[in-house]
Amino acid sequence: MTTLTAQNIHKTYTLRNGLRFSKLQAVKDVSFELTAGRTVALVGQSGSGKSTIAKLLMQLEHPTSGQLLLDGRPIGRRGAALTAYRDDVQMVFQDPFASLNPFHSIGHHLRRPLLLHGKATAKTVDARAAELLERVNLSPAASFLERRPHELSGGQRQRVAIARALAPGPKVLVADEPVSMLDVSVRLGVLNLLARLQREEQLAMLYITHDLATARHFSDEILVMYKGEVVERGAADDVILNPQAEFTRTLLKAAPEPGTNQRFLAEARRRGVPMPDHLAHREDQ
Amino acid sequence: MTTKPNTAAMAVSAQRRRLPRFLTPTLMVGGGIVVLITLFGLIAPFFVADPNAVDNMGMQPPSAQHWLGTTQTGQDVLAQLAWATRGSLTVGIIVAVMALFLSAFFGILGGYLGGWLDEAFSLFTNVVLILPGLPLMIVIGSYVEQRGLILIAVVLAITSWAAAARVLRSQTLSIRGRDYVQASKIAGERPWRIIAVEILPNLLPVMSSSFVFALVSAILGEAGLSFIGLGVVGTHTWGSMLFYAQNGQALTLGGWWWFVPPGAMIAALGGGLSLINFSIDGIINPRLRTAPAAARTARHAQKEAAAA
Repeated sequence: MTTLTAQNIHKTYTLRNGLRFSKLQAVKDVSFELTAGRTVALVGQSGSGKSTIAKLLMQLEHPTSGQLLLDGRPIGRRGAALTAYRDDVQMVFQDPFASLNPFHSIGHHLRRPLLLHGKATAKTVDARAAELLERVNLSPAASFLERRPHELSGGQRQRVAIARALAPGPKVLVADEPVSMLDVSVRLGVLNLLARLQREEQLAMLYITHDLATARHFSDEILVMYKGEVVERGAADDVILNPQAEFTRTLLKAAPEPGTNQRFLAEARRRGVPMPDHLAHREDQ
Repeated sequence: MTTKPNTAAMAVSAQRRRLPRFLTPTLMVGGGIVVLITLFGLIAPFFVADPNAVDNMGMQPPSAQHWLGTTQTGQDVLAQLAWATRGSLTVGIIVAVMALFLSAFFGILGGYLGGWLDEAFSLFTNVVLILPGLPLMIVIGSYVEQRGLILIAVVLAITSWAAAARVLRSQTLSIRGRDYVQASKIAGERPWRIIAVEILPNLLPVMSSSFVFALVSAILGEAGLSFIGLGVVGTHTWGSMLFYAQNGQALTLGGWWWFVPPGAMIAALGGGLSLINFSIDGIINPRLRTAPAAARTARHAQKEAAAA
């Protein structure tokens, strides 16, 4: 059982504006635990510190205070210990149009992590890369290996990015808004893929999003962040159905709810569009 | 009436499809000029007479024996031009390569690593940027007796890499923050490999453009130095030809065949390299790409056909 634990982490950025310095507290006293086979959703608006937490977990930034523990031991910061950490913890970026190098082929993006983490040798690397592509439903895999990112659609690119994150054989996967840049029609496919991989590999997953609906659907626990702090946490259904924090209620209200736009409803009723009973008959009440 | 312009448009687009998209007319004309001049500099010196051989005949206009006439001391201008082309190109290429390495080192390394190293590199780059090349060369030239090709090239390189380094630094700053660089960090790539494999290829268009620019400015700079008598001693270059033509009062005596050929070569090579640079710019930044006249006419014809 792999667990990645964040204990009271803080991150403060020092901003320089000419000679004046100011501090920005991006993350304040956040703790959580990612365990194998469970998905934790981190929900919040833009600038609430969600992506900073992803960077801290990936060691692209280091916490100002607080600790990150992998299986109870402090995480490795450099050298072989860092490589070992990267074996276990990987990430899927938000924007699939920015996370693949336009100069390199799809194969390059998969071969490098495979070789770096000793998951393949020069002889077997192409076969292993093709296997990874099959796992994310990109087939025929061989035809994708030599293609460049610009020849792929957004959904295909994000699948490649997921395959790359899986290449080192991670136990913890951080998905930073993995579908927010994608076309609505392919979002569900990518989310279902992530959910399937999580089940198959028993991954500990951190799903960062601003969408409460998918957070409820795909995760076991939800953490709601506001201005760098966790304002609410709990089992997914509890948070959605029985929100405690004022901010969570606002967030829930902000989501468009079918049946609240009266003009749209009236038009739909006039045209006889099929709809749930409680919406169809509201006018009569 | 409607079919004719359409077939014309289709013929144009079919013709364009056969060529790779980057092979624009601008690139082909510029490349052609540069290739011709380079071939002349490479091959012609083997076939011409001794450029330093003096003859009693004095300054003579072009004739069957001396295709480009002779200088005041009876030296063959064509022979001098052939060797001068080789000399000028050699200086240009040495300077451009050195400037490329210097700008890549200070620009990319500083930009990627950041911190105090970047501050130090930026400060150094800015200081070099405002070093005036010509006065520096005059100072060095008046101290050093034997001004060899290498010395001139080094001085020209030292004074010409800074602008390119600043461009590369800002590009690197923008690229290093992109997700694919972060992703390769997460994959566990070493810093030197991130620079060489992930960042450098995306800088190639900018680097090739600044290489061509360095080549032009080095050849012009060397010509300028030679013209005021501070150029390479003992090697023919276009600048040194102009210097001797000026000393020999070619202009006042009407000896156009002495100063026009080197001047025309400088202008032609500068023009050719600039054309190459424009087309590289067009490849980097598609917004600068002008639609070829033929395609424009075809679109116009289609629009008219649609209106009719």
